[in-house]
Amino acid sequence: MTETTPARRGVALWIQVVIWAFLVSLLAIVAMGLSRRQQGTVQPGEVIDNFPLTFYSGYEFGGKSEINFEELRGKVVVINFWASWCKPCEQEAADLQEAWLEYEPTGEVIFLGVDYVDTETGARIYLKKFGITYANGPDLATRISQYFRIAGVPETYFVDKDGVLRYVQIGPFSSIDQIRAQIDPLLK
Amino acid sequence: MKVPAGSTFLRNTKYEIPLAVIIVIALSLFLSVNVFAQGPAPTDDEVNKVAKKLYCPVCENTPLDVCPTEACRQWREQIREMLSEGKTEDEIIDYFAVTYGERSTGDPRDKLKAYLIPVVAILLGAALLVSALRMWKKPIVTESASPKTEAKQVHQDEYIAKMEEELKKRK
Repeated sequence: MTETTPARRGVALWIQVVIWAFLVSLLAIVAMGLSRRQQGTVQPGEVIDNFPLTFYSGYEFGGKSEINFEELRGKVVVINFWASWCKPCEQEAADLQEAWLEYEPTGEVIFLGVDYVDTETGARIYLKKFGITYANGPDLATRISQYFRIAGVPETYFVDKDGVLRYVQIGPFSSIDQIRAQIDPLLK
Repeated sequence: MKVPAGSTFLRNTKYEIPLAVIIVIALSLFLSVNVFAQGPAPTDDEVNKVAKKLYCPVCENTPLDVCPTEACRQWREQIREMLSEGKTEDEIIDYFAVTYGERSTGDPRDKLKAYLIPVVAILLGAALLVSALRMWKKPIVTESASPKTEAKQVHQDEYIAKMEEELKKRK
């Protein structure tokens, strides 16, 4: 002999499911955010994807006001994230410019300054103050810094001729030798 | 004093320098008027009204109007400059969203994408789950037909039958 037990009465099943789905989604979003934070910057060995970079007038690259990163394949690229409000950036500004003047004649190294969440007025004062002449432009909508997952400024990324990231410098360089030590092996 | 007429007046070197000075002064006054025509410099309150709707790019969740960092000071100056150029609040916020990203505005520009799509996705997922659970759900069946209970039931049936017989006899 068999008997059936009536379904329990309470909160409707669909409401329970919606609540659970909402909670699970919320947890997933939090987990994604945490894992992204712990991931750190783009790691050496990774190939750098293409991204557009717009330049400030007077600081263009080869006369172009906008370039795609992939156009620089075949050159060693030094990408420096900075901002005019960033005091540690000032420590390395002169060294970076000196290094640029040293490598510019070889035609094998490109320096790119990416100005992070900065005003153009402030940026121009900074560039003029340190006599910077290499290509510089704003990080529009923070797309480039988001791609590199920078934690702050200054940060410098050394990309080899094949577009592979080789070294990440977190914080300012203490001397020009530190910059040379990263570029020279990539030129061999 | 009689002023020489037309070209003779202009050719006269005696008048060239004063004339040039007058032209320069007149031009500079004209240009100054143009600058003042943009209106008075925005007050701190006007700047902060817009800054309140923006967020510091360095500190998390700190509104721009109260943030003491140099980056925020520069951004407030940028707002002041844009207000003095006659830009509206919406235009300034749009500029910040495009230049510094939506994170700076704390309010996504594409509201449909930001708010509606997640809600629709959650509801769709929930609906799918509900329908799947309903399909899998079966009535809970309790098996109570063990030999012992069956024998007890037969015994009870006989007892009830006897009782009914007794009751009939008494009637």
